[in-house]
Amino acid sequence: MKRLITVLCLLPVLACAKEATPMAQNPEVEARVMALATELRCLVCQNQTLADSHSELAGDLRREMREMAEKGMSDKEIAEFMVNRYGDFVLYRPPLKPTTWLLWFGPFLLLAAVGILLLRYLKIRRQRLATEGQLTEDEHKKAEAMLQNSGDKA
Amino acid sequence: MNRYLLPLGVFILLLVFLGVGLNLNPHEVPSPLIGKPAPAFNLPALDNPAATFAQKDMLGKVWLLNVWASWCVACREEHPLLVEFSRTGAVPIVGLDYKDARVDGMRWLQDMGNPYQTVAFDAEGRVGIDYGVYGVPETYVIDRQGVIRYKQIGPITPEILRDKVMPLVKELQK
Amino acid sequence: MIPELGHFALILAALLALVQGIVPLIGAARNDATLIGLARPVASGQFLMVLFAFGSLIYAFLTNDFSVLYVASNSNSDLPMVYRFGAVWGGHEGSLLLWVTILGAWTFAVALFSKHLPDDTVARVLAVMGLVSVGLLAFLLLTSNPFERLFPMPLNGRDLNPLLQDPGMVFHPPMLYMGYVGFSVAFAFAIAALLSGRLDAAWARWSRPWTTVAWMCLTIGITMGSAWAYYELGWGGWWFWDPVENASFIPWLVGTALIHSLAATEKRGSFKSWTVLLAICAFSLSLLGTFLVRSGVLTSVHAFATDPRRGIFILLFLAIVVGSSLMLFAWRAPKVGLGGKFELASRESMLLGNNMLLSVAAATVLLGTLYPLILDSLGLGKLSVGPPYFEAVFVPLLVPALILLGFGPLTRWKKTNMQELLARLRWPLVASILLGIGLPFALGKWTPMIAMGIALAFWVALSVAVGFADALKHSVALKHSAASGGVLTRLAGLSRSWWGMQVAHLGVAVFVAGVTLVKGYEVEKDVKMEIDDVVSAGGYQFQFKGVVEMPGPNYRATRGTVLVSHNGQPVTELNPEKRAYFSSPMPQTEAAIRPTLTGDLYVSLGEPVANGAWSVRVYYKPLVDWIWGGGLMMALGGFLAVSDRRYRLQRRAAKQVAGSPLQVQGV
Repeated sequence: MKRLITVLCLLPVLACAKEATPMAQNPEVEARVMALATELRCLVCQNQTLADSHSELAGDLRREMREMAEKGMSDKEIAEFMVNRYGDFVLYRPPLKPTTWLLWFGPFLLLAAVGILLLRYLKIRRQRLATEGQLTEDEHKKAEAMLQNSGDKA
Repeated sequence: MNRYLLPLGVFILLLVFLGVGLNLNPHEVPSPLIGKPAPAFNLPALDNPAATFAQKDMLGKVWLLNVWASWCVACREEHPLLVEFSRTGAVPIVGLDYKDARVDGMRWLQDMGNPYQTVAFDAEGRVGIDYGVYGVPETYVIDRQGVIRYKQIGPITPEILRDKVMPLVKELQK
Repeated sequence: MIPELGHFALILAALLALVQGIVPLIGAARNDATLIGLARPVASGQFLMVLFAFGSLIYAFLTNDFSVLYVASNSNSDLPMVYRFGAVWGGHEGSLLLWVTILGAWTFAVALFSKHLPDDTVARVLAVMGLVSVGLLAFLLLTSNPFERLFPMPLNGRDLNPLLQDPGMVFHPPMLYMGYVGFSVAFAFAIAALLSGRLDAAWARWSRPWTTVAWMCLTIGITMGSAWAYYELGWGGWWFWDPVENASFIPWLVGTALIHSLAATEKRGSFKSWTVLLAICAFSLSLLGTFLVRSGVLTSVHAFATDPRRGIFILLFLAIVVGSSLMLFAWRAPKVGLGGKFELASRESMLLGNNMLLSVAAATVLLGTLYPLILDSLGLGKLSVGPPYFEAVFVPLLVPALILLGFGPLTRWKKTNMQELLARLRWPLVASILLGIGLPFALGKWTPMIAMGIALAFWVALSVAVGFADALKHSVALKHSAASGGVLTRLAGLSRSWWGMQVAHLGVAVFVAGVTLVKGYEVEKDVKMEIDDVVSAGGYQFQFKGVVEMPGPNYRATRGTVLVSHNGQPVTELNPEKRAYFSSPMPQTEAAIRPTLTGDLYVSLGEPVANGAWSVRVYYKPLVDWIWGGGLMMALGGFLAVSDRRYRLQRRAAKQVAGSPLQVQGV
């Protein structure tokens, strides 16, 4: 019964309820700014992205980014604006430069190197095991002799 | 035998980095503007809205730009030092009142003393952003050609003044 | 009085740990039964002392003893009782005491449940654990005493950080430490094996259950942490690649490689050196994580308040423990022989490949986490390595591992027929590729990442299904099932360790599906809502009904009401809150979350805007609960594996001759 009343009360309200307006003035620009802001680091709350941080500087920087986006600057230009003032530290995606080659290429090189070493190791291992079981000539003769002896004793 | 030593080798390398890392401060963000021209700006003065101050007004002189605000607790620590230092007349100090209310800023200077030749009023903080300010107080040493030579993040202490700032200023003033 | 007793107990514990660490090792080296026999009692005594100390700290918190500095810094008389427990481990000193207590508990467990092991092995294992305990107890006593007094005693404490006042916080650290610290047992077994020179299949068999339980706890701990971040932090994120999160994830990756490697070493005697190295690395990485969190070397939201003295101490401790174990490894491991022979196409190869991929993945995360530090220490500038990097580099590394996951369990030991294997997996392969390509269109958006994620999730799930089909077909041959029984009977007859493997692997598929769908199809709406405004997301309508003020025990809350409906039918009422805790200037957002079968409805309040309107964030997150569901399934798999019959039989049986092989069922 209670649910029925709730539904009945809800229907007219929903019918004339307003669609909420987006917080942003310009949703497309906003989406772009926020996407970019998730890749930038807040300088004050250094454990948060510029998108999530509640600090005043973060708010100011988002405002700057919005203005730049509305002016028509590209994502790359906006990021450059930030880096010129705060350095590479502000980028959560480390730029590709000689000092970060190890960072970006290292894992894949490591994977390739380990993979090659692994295959080689497996081959060597199989060879080693194949020959390990076999006796040398001398060992063979010794074994024969021992078998003879024990045969005699029995 | 050698390849079994590899894990140990990698570990020792790691230890070295970690050891060095203990002496570093991961929170400090060094400025990319060092060695670059100080960004241009033109702001109203704090005490007189009609008057303006531009960074190019200081060309030909070595000067300090000190970013502060009346709401900044750490600024109180360094301010007496700045006031005393300004009395020596060694180098002109220009203040940048960052994201403050004009009235609060002026009252603060009245209470705490005014070491500044001029104070530029950066109400919205845009000039601060251009200078890469992320936490007041911050201080810049700028040379005769208008190039930023040093940035102090956090309050200036007597040691920093004596060991870093003054020698640099003397060098630049030659 | 009680805190002083606690302090004294810690000192006694340190002395006992010293004895525990040295005497049994000498005894084992000399084969002196008396000295060897001291291991268990001394270890148990050490644990009891540590437990007493821990108990006295808890007592200080429960009785609001603000004369203890640590209690005053982390608690408050208004803090609800439940959270006072969480507060015990909310700061550095207390969490370290928790660490030591859990190490003591694992030590005690080893002392109790090792009757079937040879005494000299137990002596060595307990001794190694004792040496680790000594280091940590010394660290506590010398630099991080939780029982330090505060004079004059304040009237009230500072209160626990509001973010931590949550049930998840009470359980997450203990669970995480159970895992982290639990790897010390595998580590101790590995060192014991290296010291005694006896690195055989028996060692692997003994190590395995301990390692699996630790791994299980770590899995649950990480899963809990992620779920907690999701509902507590109010942004809907669940993993940030934060250095401390990575510090728990890296040992997990290595631990996963370790449990798989142990399987091969136990069954076939293969990979002995690899397994030993992984065991050493897993625990070393746990210790490294402890260092990273407490030394101030990295910026992290989890980092405790730091002190350079502490950093140096842990670094020295790390250097000694890990350095000496790796030296021992370099010395003794070459003498270990090779295990059984196996072909390129065999389960051994698959497991080796798995080891390799997981290790490279772990190394990658470690590299990314430490890179800013490395560059800074070389004077090459400051940079940040965040989620964009890890997602770009780590995820591609997972792909081959997931592909291998499909093949591995169906591959035979020693030698398998590749063609036959591919034939069996033909329809999972085709089905997953088709679903990967086709399903995203049906769901509304196609990107390569979504397609790959869906394909991989299905690949793993379907290969698990093939495993089930095979097992049913062959179950006639198994001893413990009725040959003519129905499907359920036959399934029930399969060994628990086999079930554990299937459930855990299925958990991986569930996890991948959850991550893919949430990242691919999540809907976020950031809107200004006046009273009665409606916004829709994910097919649901959210209507804002305003806010009310509500008091709480140690905060004031502003509570919003949002009515949710679907196709005109009311679904639920959500109450997001904004809390102002008395002890903290930053307002806290408590999101309101309603899980449904297909996804989560997630609402959080932003800021008040003019005229009673508020900025509100509304999310629809499809299958997000599968992320943690997958994690819990993996842990469940671990539990099933450990509860396998053969371990239970072992405990019931009388003391066996060391090294004699047990009848192993199934897998």
